[in-house]
Amino acid sequence: MPKQTFILNGEKVTVTVEDDVRLLWVLRDILGVTGPKYGCGINVCKACTSHINGKAFNPCSVRVGDLQSDDEVTTIEGLADTAPGPGLHPMQKAWIDRDVAQCGYCQPGQIMEAVALVRRLQKEGRPLRESDFDSIRNICRCGTYTRIREAIEQGARAMGRS
Amino acid sequence: MTTPTVETTTSDHEDGPGGVERRRFLGYVLAGTTLAVAADLSLGTPKAMAAIPSAPQISDVYDLEDLQTDAALPTSALISITIRENGTAHFEFPRAEVGQGIITSTAMIIAEELDLPVRRVEVTLAPARPELLLNQLTGGSNTTFSTYTPVRVAAALARQQLLAAAAIELGTTADRLVTIAGVVRDPLTGQSRSYGDLAVSAASQVLKTVEVALRPEKDFKVIGKPHSRLDAHDAVTGAKRFTTDLKVPNALPTMVCRAPQHQGTPKRLLNRSQILRMPGVTHVAQVPTGIAVRARTFGQCIDAVRAMRVEWNAGPADGQSDATVLKALRAAELPLVVPSTPLTQTIDVDVAFAFRSSAALETYSAIADVRPDRAEIWAGLKVPILAQQNIAQMAGLPQDKVKVHVITSGGSFGHKLFSDHALEAATISKAMGVPVKLMWHRADEPRQGRLHPMATSRVRASILAGQVVSFEQRHTSVVTDFSHGLGEILTSTADELPTGLGGYGFSQSIFLLTQQLPYNFGVVTQLLNETDGAFKTGSMRNIYSPDVAVAAELAIDQIAKALKVDPVEFRTAHLKDPRVVKVLETVAKAGRWGRRLPKGVAQGVAVHKEYKGCTAVLVELDCRPTTVNRDLGPETVTGPRVTKAVIAVDPGLVINPRGLEAQMQGGFMDGLALTLTSSCHLRDGKFLEASWDNYFYTRQWNVPPQVEVHIVDSGVTTPGGAGEAAVGTSAAAVACAYARATGRIPEMFPINHGTISFKPKTFVPPIPPAPTNGLKTAR
Repeated sequence: MPKQTFILNGEKVTVTVEDDVRLLWVLRDILGVTGPKYGCGINVCKACTSHINGKAFNPCSVRVGDLQSDDEVTTIEGLADTAPGPGLHPMQKAWIDRDVAQCGYCQPGQIMEAVALVRRLQKEGRPLRESDFDSIRNICRCGTYTRIREAIEQGARAMGRS
Repeated sequence: MTTPTVETTTSDHEDGPGGVERRRFLGYVLAGTTLAVAADLSLGTPKAMAAIPSAPQISDVYDLEDLQTDAALPTSALISITIRENGTAHFEFPRAEVGQGIITSTAMIIAEELDLPVRRVEVTLAPARPELLLNQLTGGSNTTFSTYTPVRVAAALARQQLLAAAAIELGTTADRLVTIAGVVRDPLTGQSRSYGDLAVSAASQVLKTVEVALRPEKDFKVIGKPHSRLDAHDAVTGAKRFTTDLKVPNALPTMVCRAPQHQGTPKRLLNRSQILRMPGVTHVAQVPTGIAVRARTFGQCIDAVRAMRVEWNAGPADGQSDATVLKALRAAELPLVVPSTPLTQTIDVDVAFAFRSSAALETYSAIADVRPDRAEIWAGLKVPILAQQNIAQMAGLPQDKVKVHVITSGGSFGHKLFSDHALEAATISKAMGVPVKLMWHRADEPRQGRLHPMATSRVRASILAGQVVSFEQRHTSVVTDFSHGLGEILTSTADELPTGLGGYGFSQSIFLLTQQLPYNFGVVTQLLNETDGAFKTGSMRNIYSPDVAVAAELAIDQIAKALKVDPVEFRTAHLKDPRVVKVLETVAKAGRWGRRLPKGVAQGVAVHKEYKGCTAVLVELDCRPTTVNRDLGPETVTGPRVTKAVIAVDPGLVINPRGLEAQMQGGFMDGLALTLTSSCHLRDGKFLEASWDNYFYTRQWNVPPQVEVHIVDSGVTTPGGAGEAAVGTSAAAVACAYARATGRIPEMFPINHGTISFKPKTFVPPIPPAPTNGLKTAR
């Protein structure tokens, strides 16, 4: 069986598993990293949203064999370490401050998507607009969308300061 | 954090603040190494079942009048709070946290009576406790209503015992001591003892029955103040554990290959040896619901399910489609009986509602380890006792050999009232002889999971000389499955039901007990009839109310129009209860009812009364073509957009306004989806939907940019239900706005049901392949 090597939350990991197993299951079932959630398995619900080399992506739709050994995968568990200073990432803090989560199942994916959205805006050098929320496809079946919007606005401001 | 506005109104409820003398309750000090106190879970349960579901009355209300000191009183139906030596309080809650926030609100109630910071109250979910009978059902927005008093009694008793122990240690009397934030202090000497210091000395060697008074509402410091969720940190760091996140030794990923038709069953697997040779696969077993496969990863289960060649039996809905089900419903409609006369004007509204899926984002999942002599189950379950019974029966085990752990769920919405997932996992574990971690594929949920039944609702109102003299509603529905326990509760309390229910079945009784048309309309009848089901149904976040409310409120707008009266003015004039008038006035004012809007944009308003409280919702709905036809890419349903939603709620006593606001916002998103976007399509016994790109639950592009929640305080001192309160009102307000904006009432809800906005996914195999282009779509 092939060995798969990549960087997970800042540390190099090597896993022995077939090439075509999707990364979500390598993370969850083999490595025990359960922050990314299963909600559809076909890149629709976005509950597994994590980062690859700083961009949002969905590990349910990536064969582990397609990763390069220097690819940096960040899950919600590693997000705080990507922000300067100790403690949580500013987006996580905003999420707590707005008391966003209800059942909490989708929230790791929502936060990872929000961070990537703000990074895109920073790169484009423009502020968050109402229409940017339309680009977020993450489902929240508890319907926490209103507080998600408030938290992203707050998190975006905080990310701009850091 | 925005804090919802709180408005006050007076109310002359008999047990209101400053009203009757404080009632004293009985609680128990349990024998233990540290202080453990308890209260009967049925404490405070009202004698008359005013609304279903209320908990069964295991015993009568234990206030002082009913005092019966009985040393042998069974303590099995108790809920208990333990004070630990580290100064924390622990409460094992016989309810399910599914996202509604009851762990936080219950910790707040304990903190209030105990004088302990909320953070030092640990609330965990109790495993199945069969001795509680059906008082371990989380549903019908009933949790806080049914547990508020017993939880307070236990916490107040713990504080009383800590005071008594401190008095002995400090050489004084308890009435000279005060409690502050987990410490007992003597203000005269400055001496103090922490609850942790007292946990052991306050403990009792024997069971004692003790009387205790509750803190007066006017002294509340925690209840009624906004509090963030206790699991917020875990939720945002990925540390919160759901069923499939648990590590149970050797419980490997397991999935099921299911029939193309709804509730179809397997005949046989034709390529068993091929499947067993696939990478990662360890076991294959045929079970009544399909062919189960266990593998090293869920990804390998998905591959195996897709590779299976299975012969299937047709499902019970073979040959049926939306059209045939609707025809059967029409044929079953009960007649409207008020005759039309030349002098009366008749308003008719006749609408249908499609099947909808109550599935949460976390698909049905359960871990099961069934051995010849015992079984252990981990799952999100709102009625764990029935799960335990069903699994014991299936496995041929005594009930006490089945341990059922209740795990916090990734949503429920009624779905986890049933134990389908736990029973299936146990069946598979028994068949394979190994522990399994079962997870349903998303495609399994709308196709094989519980559905909110298709229904029709007809309303006829008669107007005579400018007055509404009759209002008849006939709700006709595919039968709703109540086998999760509500039915049994009704049976067990049949004698206590209000009169007039004799002769009705469970569903009819539940219908009558949940529907309260809050208007004075002369002769009012609301009746239910059901068609026999070939479908796996269940109640979905608010049982019948959303559909009933949509039809009723649409009719009310039509009556107002016929009488040429403004819809808000008309409602206000006919509402029975001043609490409902107050919430309506609140949204009308805050939402600027009647303000001028462009053509194609309209306001809609609705009220609803249920679960000891009431809500009103006002929306502005944009139905202009530029909005309706917004193109945001494939399989993205836009359509009419609510641009503003104003919600007012009077839930009775508010425990946690921040949590209540969240429930109103979430309930609104559900109501919005019910009216505009989310449904399941039945074609030849198969449901077409298979994922969130087919089943259009509210998404960010449907969310109103402006959502306001107003909490109206009516001075009521008992808490009502919050989890479902806003759903029906929101669905109805959006429907009314749609009718006003477009000038027509849709025949079917959701309004987009007539259009299939997606290409149905594969039925054989029953689940779609996992994509491989995830790196290309990184963003």
